[in-house]
Amino acid sequence: MTHTQKRIIINDIVMALSTLSALIGMGFLFWILSVLIINGIDALSMSIFLNEGAPPGNSDGGLKHALIGQLYLVGYASFFGIPLGVLAGTYLSEYSQKSKVAEIIRDISDIMMSAPSIVIGAFVYAVVVAPFGHFSGWAGTIALSIIMLPIILRTTDDMLQLVPSTLREAAFALGAPKYKVIVQVVYRGAKAGILTGILLGVARVAGETAPLLFTSFNDNFLNTDMSQPMASLTVTMYNYATSPYEDWQKLGWAAAFILSMFILTLNILGRVFLLKKRGKR
Amino acid sequence: MNIFIDKFFANTTRFIAFGILLLVAWIFTVLFEHSLESIKAFGFLFITEDKWAPNLEKFGALPAIYGSVISTFLAMILAVPLAIGVAIFLSEIAHAKLKAPVGVSIELLAAIPSVVYGMWGLFYFVPIIRDIFGGVGISMLSAGIVLSVMILPFMAAITRDAMNTTPDILKESAYALGGTKWDVVKDIIIPYAKAGIIGSFILALGRAIGETMAVTFVMGNVHKISIDLTQPATSIPVTLANEFAEADSALYYSSLFELSLLLLVVSFTIISVAKFYFLRRKRVI
Repeated sequence: MTHTQKRIIINDIVMALSTLSALIGMGFLFWILSVLIINGIDALSMSIFLNEGAPPGNSDGGLKHALIGQLYLVGYASFFGIPLGVLAGTYLSEYSQKSKVAEIIRDISDIMMSAPSIVIGAFVYAVVVAPFGHFSGWAGTIALSIIMLPIILRTTDDMLQLVPSTLREAAFALGAPKYKVIVQVVYRGAKAGILTGILLGVARVAGETAPLLFTSFNDNFLNTDMSQPMASLTVTMYNYATSPYEDWQKLGWAAAFILSMFILTLNILGRVFLLKKRGKR
Repeated sequence: MNIFIDKFFANTTRFIAFGILLLVAWIFTVLFEHSLESIKAFGFLFITEDKWAPNLEKFGALPAIYGSVISTFLAMILAVPLAIGVAIFLSEIAHAKLKAPVGVSIELLAAIPSVVYGMWGLFYFVPIIRDIFGGVGISMLSAGIVLSVMILPFMAAITRDAMNTTPDILKESAYALGGTKWDVVKDIIIPYAKAGIIGSFILALGRAIGETMAVTFVMGNVHKISIDLTQPATSIPVTLANEFAEADSALYYSSLFELSLLLLVVSFTIISVAKFYFLRRKRVI
């Protein structure tokens, strides 16, 4: 066997192996996806959106409490997390560009983006739940906003830096004060990018379970009082899936399906915004 | 008026940005303060003692640490070769028409919440493990495998990104010299993107070690060190997820806080090594 033949054979083997591993990887992932879709669609019905939690054995239980609780939790987390993240990102990109402190803030936020979310839950438990003496929707919201903050900060920072400095200079030359340049020129130029960051941040937070386990806890009934324990889709999913009751498990799959579709939609929307922007250039 | 608003806007943004540093410092301080009681009570014994008995007020974290290490290790040895395979496939083998859809779907799978992976593991994977290896199926082995499936998309996506940083001109030169695809991968792409590839793995490791929901379903939360991988086990995040809401004594809480602190310090370190030693910041999302 010549040297060339040997190289070709080795090449074929390695290429076959990596194609195989791609197939195995994709196979697992599509297994999960199909399980999610089949069980989810099977469990979906109108009563899921109309009814609250019911005791096991009762087939007309629904997820209304968890859906609404989830909206409250993620909604309030976005209400705090988005403006704070965008403003902090603005500081990094517009006011302190390359300074040492800005670099440190960037680095710390990068790390926080991958830090274990359950630890944030423990922190919020210590500073919110324990002093007040009970679990609450606010505690869950605070935990989620802490997780969301670094994601939005970093995307805003990056996206603002992509805005050409000639735009800023042109606005300054017209005599605009800096805040007006930022709000009316820079933000506008980076609109699609910031929006993508926001969508991905919300999507990430919407799927969080661990930090909610001991902050917002859970509630099997509809509650819109943020100072009380509150149901979320994720914690409900966890409780229902680990219960021995089949009708609860079914509701768990429905929750998993609704939540995953929501998160995938946000992710796809985020990508579309970015692509559209790139297409325009 | 404009000057006033200008100052106000600048200071608000500065205040919030610095607030993030304070917040992180605050998180460490709070966790440390709440761990003090347990640190005083157990000292170093906390991480070397293998008995976790809330009813006896005895807390040794060794089984949880052991579980975290082993399950993460299992996940890594399973996921790394697959991730490399997927990355090579996406960067060199796949046809251009296939690249985009496969790449995007892998990225989208990385966005699916980990609690869904945990549910899949509990209902579909645990029974398989039970049939093959006997026992209850809820085990260290299941946890390692579910964890590896969970980090695979993330790992494959960032490994592929690292490989894609190789300039086309280098690859084309190698192909022009008659190199096979494997020659290009091993002699051009891997040497060029080595730091990025290793960084991606370490970053995925940092994520895996703190991952809670994917493993909580399938690990069992049993504080016992067992060499047998088919036995139920526990890990730091699994212990936190299962016991935090029901801890009933000050020392119990304090021990759980010490576990959180430990987890935060370890993952902080791993992630910083990945980010600052191997991956000088390029990618955000």
